[in-house]
Amino acid sequence: MAYPYVSDREVRVLSRNFGDPMARRLDTYVERGGYQALKKAFEMGQDKVIDEVKTSGLRGRGGAGFPTGVKWSFMPKEPTKPHYLLCNADESEPGTFKDRELIRWDPHQLLEGCLIAAYAIRAKHVYVYCRGEFFETTQILAKALEDAYAKGYAGKDIMGSGVDIDVTVHVGAGAYICGEETGLMNSLEGRRGQPRVKPPFPAAVGAFGMPSTVNNVETLSAVPHIVTHGGQWYRQWGTEKSPGTKLFCVSGHVSKPGNYELPLGFPLTDLIEDVCGGMRGGKALKAVIPGGSSVPILNAEECADCALDYEGVQAAGSQLGCASVIVMDEGTDIVKQVRRMVQFYMHESCGQCTPCREGTAWMTKVLRRIEEGRGTEDDLDTLLQMSRQMTGTTICVLSDSAAAPVVSSIQKFKDEYLALIRRGERVGAA
Amino acid sequence: MADTPNTVTLTIDGQEVVVPKGTTILEAAKRVGEQVPHYCYHPGLSSPAMCRLCLVEVEGAPKPMPSCVTQVAEGQVVKTQSDLALEMREGVLEFYLVNHPLDCPICDMSGECNLQDYVHQEGRKHGRSKEPKRVFGRDDFGGDVLFYGDRCVMCTRCVRFMNEVEEDSRLCVVERGNRSVIDTFFEKGLEGTYWHGNIVDLCPVGALVSKDFLYKARAWDLDHTQSVCPNCSQGCNIDLHTRDNLVQRLKPRENLEVNGWWMCDYGRLNYEWINHGHRLEAPVVRGGGNVRAMGWSEALRALLDAGAAAPDKPVRAVVSPYASNEDLGAFAALVEELGGGDIVYRCATAEDEVPLKGYPGLARRRELAPNCKGAELVGAKRVGSADGRGGLEGVASHDGIVLVLGDALADQDADFGKGAALYVYVGQRGGPATDAADFLLPATSFAEQEGTFTSFRGRVQRFWPGLKPPGAARPAWLVLGALVAEVTGGAAPRSAADSFARLGQRVPAFGGLTYEELGTRGALVNETVTLSGD
Repeated sequence: MAYPYVSDREVRVLSRNFGDPMARRLDTYVERGGYQALKKAFEMGQDKVIDEVKTSGLRGRGGAGFPTGVKWSFMPKEPTKPHYLLCNADESEPGTFKDRELIRWDPHQLLEGCLIAAYAIRAKHVYVYCRGEFFETTQILAKALEDAYAKGYAGKDIMGSGVDIDVTVHVGAGAYICGEETGLMNSLEGRRGQPRVKPPFPAAVGAFGMPSTVNNVETLSAVPHIVTHGGQWYRQWGTEKSPGTKLFCVSGHVSKPGNYELPLGFPLTDLIEDVCGGMRGGKALKAVIPGGSSVPILNAEECADCALDYEGVQAAGSQLGCASVIVMDEGTDIVKQVRRMVQFYMHESCGQCTPCREGTAWMTKVLRRIEEGRGTEDDLDTLLQMSRQMTGTTICVLSDSAAAPVVSSIQKFKDEYLALIRRGERVGAA
Repeated sequence: MADTPNTVTLTIDGQEVVVPKGTTILEAAKRVGEQVPHYCYHPGLSSPAMCRLCLVEVEGAPKPMPSCVTQVAEGQVVKTQSDLALEMREGVLEFYLVNHPLDCPICDMSGECNLQDYVHQEGRKHGRSKEPKRVFGRDDFGGDVLFYGDRCVMCTRCVRFMNEVEEDSRLCVVERGNRSVIDTFFEKGLEGTYWHGNIVDLCPVGALVSKDFLYKARAWDLDHTQSVCPNCSQGCNIDLHTRDNLVQRLKPRENLEVNGWWMCDYGRLNYEWINHGHRLEAPVVRGGGNVRAMGWSEALRALLDAGAAAPDKPVRAVVSPYASNEDLGAFAALVEELGGGDIVYRCATAEDEVPLKGYPGLARRRELAPNCKGAELVGAKRVGSADGRGGLEGVASHDGIVLVLGDALADQDADFGKGAALYVYVGQRGGPATDAADFLLPATSFAEQEGTFTSFRGRVQRFWPGLKPPGAARPAWLVLGALVAEVTGGAAPRSAADSFARLGQRVPAFGGLTYEELGTRGALVNETVTLSGD
């Protein structure tokens, strides 16, 4: 079975096994050279593994883009307490569907990455925190893990190296906020899934109060390749500051939506026009959300020269996030679109911080009122001030995420808001 | 002050402050008088930094910082009143009011509500929310607590108190986001917990209210008087909240040495007896087959005459552990002047202590009276059973002089003191046994006079009068002190402080202590005395 859509412009490193149902079996994986990176890592020693990942310039694929090697080096070199590696498989950002596919098609690639990372940060235990709704995915991962244990690729004395690393697959209950690293830890510990105040940072006080590192599925899946081929090899793709390949989850009004692994720095226009087969039905492009629902919206003009790497998207006025590209054509109702996203954040707010708990709900109500033609121009000022008061004022960035599309849409598509307000005024006058 | 490694110097709103390392900005700001609004922060609980109301601007920080958890740093420049800080806090306050009902006219918290204060202080003049508010309705949490969900600002102080201080997790937050609401576990509620009244104090708005106090009085009509809880020997610092010359409720007063910020439900709700209406209001003298109420000078003259008629008779005396140190001291002095004699007291005791787990040293103690230690220090011995009855056989049938201070003798019958040469009762209310006295002298209760109690640890703490005494009732130390003065030819005490100083001269444990030194926090007596009941 072929993976739905593929493009010849892809560089399939992590996604090389997408569409190949045999690849998820342990014997196939080992046959194709699997778990050799782990063996090599054991031979290299912890510090060299971290150095190699630093050399590769691999950046966190969960959204923040923090250099992975640097993150690992924050962990104490001489462990006095148990260390934990937490693999964040709580993929819940609207528009994102890469981690699910990585686990479904290539669970051993992730497990090998987890084991190498755990070895590098001197952790004896890995928790893979899976999103609650990932039923099939979790079962595939659990099966792969069982096989790995049976063949000695996990657990005690891995491959005769004397290294012990246990792996636990933990299933969440399906909360967006548990994808935030400290919310994930609370949830893992059995507490309410609410982000913690930082500092202390996870590398000092993380899961169960111990030094911990949280990495995204895609980040960890890239690790075996970097260890096998070296950090410089990984730099053949992408840009100086954003090296490597990245899975782009394209959804929305394109002919061929899907997961595409492309080198970072790939032009957004090419992604839409070439890789995804152009706009659906030949319609004109209106807007793109380049990095999942929590980043500012780009209008068609800004999309024109946008390069899809961390710096390029920032230059265009948004963020790469987890590279979930949501494409909207000319027929899209932006206000409705934004309201729906804010409504999502209202539903997923953990409810700790006042600006987020109350702000997301109030924003949803105001946007709905505007949508229904009962808004006023003052509401737009209220929304903008609210957004300012919701940005940087809370423990985590969920409320910032809710505010970003509101601000950017009012800035870039104000006429659509005004049209709804005017229409309402006319109806009211009549 | 010279900088030492243990202090940090920073600037808050242009003022330089030196505070110990590890202090939070919020606590440091309190020292320069800057009150930063806050909800979730409470010095007695953990700080989740979630209300976001204490945001301040810190130079160099990329975002406004929650001052309740941000620790001070050397050379830090904090602006609590900058445009940024004020805009962000104004935002938080407006967010609260999106759903917080404006039912202040029928809310018990109105007048002492932080949200009212903060919004007046820093909030917008007009709200912009036109949307209907969220409705949760009301819930009975059991015990003395009612929950008005709509008013809740989700500071979770109540949940944290039950988890961290009472260490009996009876409350939790259910649901998430805007739908979050405080709830109990199934039908269990707060019933059977002993300190839950504190969550009503902790609630910064009117979400948790006391059933006992509900609709009883408006906060602005209440007078607050500093006092000491009279319901056990722990000596929790409290405020009497009074209106119409009645105690309406008791509230804990902060004293980290004794009770922190807390008090138990037993003590909190056991105040109706202070308002008891059946009181002695004038001196009553029995003589020549008559019972007559009369003025103080006439009554005391008659008493002195009666005393002179019974010279050198042995004295047996009963005191109450509810009497103040000053009353007890004056009483003991009188007994001494009459030639000395046994003084006994009785005290109701509970089976067990009720400790507050998260605040070591605080418990509802076994002695259910405030001044057992004071009675012991003036030489009284405990008699009677655990319920504070009996043990007075020797006094009841005594043929010398019988003196009673405070103890209402509820368990005794009209034959009490029948054979006595002289039977004097000084106290608040009468019963068959006290009515038999030759002299009934009306005394004020602790709530009507100035004085001190000595806690079970020997901490002497002051209380102040919050109620007007009924009729001609006077503090016992004044009446007894005047009698002593008449007998000895000295001067009568002019004030409670004077009376306390005289106590210090007689009883070494109180020596050297003054009212001024005791202040509002109290001080330990000079020696340790264990209670004979222990």
